[in-house]
Formats: sequence, C-alpha cells, structure tokens
Amino acid sequence: MSAQVVTVTSGKGGVGKTTAVASIGVALAAEGQKVVCIDADIGLRNLDVVMGLENRIVYDLVDAIEGRCRLKQAMIRDKRLPELYLIPAAQTRDKSAVSPTDMTRLCDELRAECDWILVDSPAGIERGFRNAIAPADRVIVITNPEVSAVRDADRVVGLLEAEGKGAPSLIINRLNPRMIKHYDMLSAEDVLDLLAIRLIGIVPEDESVIIATNRGSPISFESKSKAGQAFRNIARRLKGEEVPFMDLENHGGLLDRLTRLTGRR
Amino acid sequence: MSEKSSLVQIKGLRDGLLVSLSDAGWDVLRAALIAQIDERQAFFQGARLALDVGKQVLRVDELVDLRDKLSERGVSLWAVISASSTTEKTAQLLGLATRISKPRPQEVNHPVSELDEGAALFLHRTLRSGTRIEYPGNVVVVGDVNPGAEIVAGGSILVWGRLRGVVHAGAQGNPSSVVCALELAPAQLRIADEVAVTPYQNNISQPEIAYIKGGRLLAEPWQSG
Repeated sequence: MSAQVVTVTSGKGGVGKTTAVASIGVALAAEGQKVVCIDADIGLRNLDVVMGLENRIVYDLVDAIEGRCRLKQAMIRDKRLPELYLIPAAQTRDKSAVSPTDMTRLCDELRAECDWILVDSPAGIERGFRNAIAPADRVIVITNPEVSAVRDADRVVGLLEAEGKGAPSLIINRLNPRMIKHYDMLSAEDVLDLLAIRLIGIVPEDESVIIATNRGSPISFESKSKAGQAFRNIARRLKGEEVPFMDLENHGGLLDRLTRLTGRR
Repeated sequence: MSEKSSLVQIKGLRDGLLVSLSDAGWDVLRAALIAQIDERQAFFQGARLALDVGKQVLRVDELVDLRDKLSERGVSLWAVISASSTTEKTAQLLGLATRISKPRPQEVNHPVSELDEGAALFLHRTLRSGTRIEYPGNVVVVGDVNPGAEIVAGGSILVWGRLRGVVHAGAQGNPSSVVCALELAPAQLRIADEVAVTPYQNNISQPEIAYIKGGRLLAEPWQSG
C-alpha cells in the first residue's frame, strides 16, 4: 500500500479543519482503511482532544522529527478503531520547530505503512500552513458559508495554485438551510461561484458536533447525525466513489441544484 | 568577492534601487544578494528594492523567504521583474509589482495624459484574493476580480467578468481613464484622485462603465455609440 497524503486547510480559523480531519479519519478507518492523522498545529494542538487521545500522548511530531523517538513511538492508536493512528503536535514548541522538508520526509517514511495520511493544518498562511501542505498529494480547503471565511479560502486557493499543488477540493462546513432560505447566509452556490473549485462535501450545521468534540468522539461514529453522514460520504468520495449529495432540506429543489454543482469545475 | 559581484548588479532608480541577478542557481544568487547587502548595510538600510530575476522560476515560499530576509535588513522589496510567467504570477499573488515604469526621455517633458492606445497587460484568469496587479498602462482581465484582489493601473481597467475587488485606474493622475466590467461591484473604485464605494446591492447585472465627469465619479450601463 502506498498512502495518499491529504491536507485539510482553510485560511480562517475555527471553520472545522480539526473536526473534519478527525471525522474523515474515523470514517475511513471504519471502512477498513489504515489511517494516520497528523496534527501540524504546533503550539496550539487540538486534534488529540477531538479524537479523545490527549491522555495517551508520550511522544509527539517534534520528538519524531528531532530524533528523540522512533516514528512508531509517536503514533497513538485509537481506542476503538485499531487501524486509526494519531501523531499529535507538540504543545510546548511553535511552528518554527518544523520545516516543510521535515514534514515531507516524515510522510514519505509513513507512506508504505498505511492507506491515508491526513494532515490537520493550522489556520493562517505562514510557516505552519506551508509545513502542512508540503507533503500533500491532495489538499482539501474547508470553509463556512460566510463572507470572511470564503475570502480567506479564496486567498488560500490562490496560494495553493501558485505553490503547484493544483486545484484543491472544497468542503462547505456548517451550512444552515434555514438561514439560507432567509437570505441570512451564503448558499453553497454563492460559495462555489467565488471559489470555483470542485466540491467534495457539504456538512450541515449540527449541534451534536460540539458535543462529540467535547467528548473526544468524532461525529462520524454517530449513525443518526447528518453531519456524521456528510463526513462519511466525504470519506467515500475521497476513495473515488460517486456518492450523491444529501438532501439537506426536505424538498428536492436544493438537491437538484447540488447535483448540478458537483459537475462544476 | 568578484564572482559574487558579477552575479548581482545594482543600479539606482528614481525612487529606489534595481538589482539585476544573472543566471545561476537560486540558492547561489540569494546568498550573493544577502552577502552584498550585509557588506554595505548603511547603503541598503531603508532602501526600496526592485529585483530583476531574469528567467528564474520562483515559488511562493522562496519569494516570501527572500522578502522576509530583506525586510530583516531594512530593505523593502516592492517589485519582482521576471521573464517567467510563473514567477510573475507568484509575485502578483504576494502583492509585489511586476513592472517598473521607467519614463522614456521624451515623456519626461510631455507627461502622457491620454492612454487611449498602446499595449495593455492582458490577464486571462481570475484574480483571487490577495493578488495585486500594478501596471503603468491599461489592464484587461478576462475572468473575475475577487474581493481582496487589487489592480492599480496607470491607464484604464477592463474586467471581462465580475469586478468585486479594489481597482485604481489612472493611478498616475490620469482622469480620463475608465473602468469597465461585465458586473461592476468593486469594494472600492478609484480613478485618478476620485474614490467611490459601491452602493448597497442593487443587483444590476449588466455591463457598466465608470468614468470621471465634471470632477465626479459616475457609473452607467454600457451603451455603444
């Protein structure tokens, strides 16, 4: 097996990168894929918390890169899914501790051992972002249907194209159909109009996501949650399956528009 | 010493320095440039630098790193001139100018007041947020100008798409410049010294032209003739 390295980034903070990495990781592992999640947010780590593994950290990403431990020692196995691992970030250092070359080297070492490497990027467009995208075969930009988030995402897409990483895929997170109907929120169409990249998923606003985060149990474990279902669908699309987009309202109108949108470049 | 100085040529411009780099590996050139600056700190302190990198293909991280290193030494990099379109695009994405206007001798006494003709900078792509285009002539964009993108032109600006960023036409003081767009909704529009902000969404989705008339900025739907 040779892993695909997928980095999730956004520009803006707080739009759901860490939640997405954890949830997609769980969804892939639940389908039998071997997944390593890496938290590249050095100094402000939280992927470990969202995955419920913060009490099991002995070694972290910086320890592995600086040679204080073997790579395997920094990999924490998930409690429920034996094929899911986490390499946590260091909390007592900052982004200057790691270089893009370090990240590429580390991921190359892991490639033969797993199917997927998911990298959680920090917010921003500086060193931490460049570290996170360096090893990526594929980048997912995640955004909220909200003007300032989309502005930042546009900047990030431009930078990714200039860095030769090609066009990223898009996840629109925290979509609220009721607000869109009242013109209080951008629609998926508005977002795609501006960003003009390929949509890989739309995740609806769901209160149970915060509950899941606080409990350290990613939302993809919840079979009844629409957000969980959205992330499970994203995982399947990553694998190359054609999965129709969920009907987030109770009538077909939105579904038709979304089906048309998936064909957009 | 002498090899390094032949890699890096320094010339004075009206408003700063122009550094031209010859053909060599980027790491070698970068080291030579930094070494030159370190050797003559007092000379370079506070300088505005335009850098001609010739055919070098530079990535975002390389340009960012260079700009940071120069900034640490009190040198502000404001333009990167290159024969490579990749490097040009990268520079534009980082807000750097890619042309420096060198006034030709005959223009010094007769400042160009009308830019009716002449070659325009032609960009066939959408300008994403954070991209800055600075050009002494006319600028044509086939694509959108997204919010957060900027165009500063000495002449007119034509956007065959949605204009939602910031544009400044006639930036060198030419009030006869115009701004046209298929959808004119700029965050801020300037022609010469006049500034205007787009009024709240009126959902006009037809081509418009903005110009100065009677000292005021006006915009109206495009009518031929």
